[in-house]
Amino acid sequence: MSKAANELSITEASRALRARELTVRELWDACAEAARAKNPELNAYLELFDADDVAIEAAQARIDAEGAPPAGGAPMLCGIPLAIKDNILIEGHIASAASKILEHYTATYDATVITKLREAGALFLGRTNMDEFALGGSTENSAYGPTLNPHDTSRVAGGTSGGSAAAVAAHLAIAALGTDTGGSVRNPASHCGVVGMKPTYGGVSRSGVIAAASSFDQVGPITKSVADAEILLRAIAGRDVLDATSIPEDLYTPQEVTSPMRIGVPRHLLAKGGIDEGVKSAFEATLRGLEAAGHTLVDIELPSADPSLAAYYIINFAEVSANLARYDGIRYGTSARGESLAEDYVRARTEGFGRETRRRIVLGTFVLSAGYIDAYYRTAAGAREALRGDFAQAFKKADVIATPTMPTPAFVLGAKSDPLSLYLEDVFTVLANLTGMPALSVPMSATGLPMGFHLTAPHQAESRLFTMGREIELLRPA
Amino acid sequence: MDRDEVLRLAALARVGVAEGELDAFVQDASAIVAYMDQLKGLALPASPAEAERPLLNVMREDGEPHATGRYTEALAAQFPSSVKATEGRPEGTKDSGGVYLQVRQVISHE
Repeated sequence: MSKAANELSITEASRALRARELTVRELWDACAEAARAKNPELNAYLELFDADDVAIEAAQARIDAEGAPPAGGAPMLCGIPLAIKDNILIEGHIASAASKILEHYTATYDATVITKLREAGALFLGRTNMDEFALGGSTENSAYGPTLNPHDTSRVAGGTSGGSAAAVAAHLAIAALGTDTGGSVRNPASHCGVVGMKPTYGGVSRSGVIAAASSFDQVGPITKSVADAEILLRAIAGRDVLDATSIPEDLYTPQEVTSPMRIGVPRHLLAKGGIDEGVKSAFEATLRGLEAAGHTLVDIELPSADPSLAAYYIINFAEVSANLARYDGIRYGTSARGESLAEDYVRARTEGFGRETRRRIVLGTFVLSAGYIDAYYRTAAGAREALRGDFAQAFKKADVIATPTMPTPAFVLGAKSDPLSLYLEDVFTVLANLTGMPALSVPMSATGLPMGFHLTAPHQAESRLFTMGREIELLRPA
Repeated sequence: MDRDEVLRLAALARVGVAEGELDAFVQDASAIVAYMDQLKGLALPASPAEAERPLLNVMREDGEPHATGRYTEALAAQFPSSVKATEGRPEGTKDSGGVYLQVRQVISHE
């Protein structure tokens, strides 16, 4: 039984287009139709864009004209409809970061990742829902309502890239882009049963991406398969003169590693409370499957992982409060007028920012203030260095490091309204943002709610993630 | 964290916390600060002194800037408040299509 066009992966759609089983227009229409039909229930998209006829026709022409591979092939992404997170600028379209303060802000330029995708012939279906300014872990902080989990609509889709993950999981897009600051691509990928990965910090340009925490943020692919994640990553990666923190391809020189690999498991982190039994057993079952496939399991220690979550949030609050200072209602965004300039600022920012956003701004101001900056911010920076050291040591004994992606499966909407309880969900994912290392979440063998298996590799060793990720996919029953 | 501290920090950061949400705000913020306090007194390995860190220039070379005015209209269109340049001018003033971007007056000549 063949799949509907919108249910295809990038790899499958790309093949079908070239085999003339499908036209670009048909593929777009299938995705757009599915999105229109299901989005009112899921709220994955904040806005569906009109078809760009010029781009659709150009993509079709490129495929029609391409010579036989390997010479003259159109890129794999040519004609592929994608969902884009609402904090990535697409010229002429609204980019609101799911906030009221940017409700009517129209992007005046393309993000570099968008420019690269346009050059590859990809198409944009719409902008997806997220936690406001990428602050959260469930998409419940969106100013435009939460996104529901396609597997169980009483539950969250995860966050902050919940809209993108739900869109991919429900086949309302062939693939999507999200952003990951403390796990925001991998978390919703895990909860929605799709693949999500965060590149090495600096691997993908942040130009045109609305900044949350600048030393953590990375754009990452959310896809139906590991192979698709690799295709999408390669299309958007690369040093960019517009982003001084972006790095050349060969800045780090990780060792070439072939299968079988040594899989490092930080057992002490798994022994902590708060991890769902179902997650633990699915994780162990996957490890046993990988062992049976020839890989070696190695115990590793990450002593600095304990204070790392607190360090992550201190740095996050500090950088977020600095980055959000630009939203003043003067040059763009929602404005408000009070009695004085100070009041103009306060009114715009109070009416325009949600509660979690204002909370993080206040806490960021706190950790950076005189008298506290040493105890909090500078100590957190030191803890971050110590964590990097732990990982460097661990990677001498292991080629990849494995944990579950999330300590629990998707929770019921409203169940984690206490902000601290939501922060604690990030315990595994923040480590890769603190160190800048690449990380991948792949759905694990499991019944019931989706759960992700999480892999970290050394800087710029993404190839190890894709190799191991593909093996984990093979372990899952079809 | 107490109410005064939260209000002081909020004022510094130019955000407001309404009276109705202040108590919950203080409670949440205090819990989070208590959580962050686990970092206090953490024994950390010595990191390399500032002077020993290698310095890299990551800034790009100065090159040709983009054409003057290339983004002006698009940027100006984002301003929340603007008026035609002929506003308040005598009748018959030529309308060259110009626009004033309105901001609050902060300097007075009193």
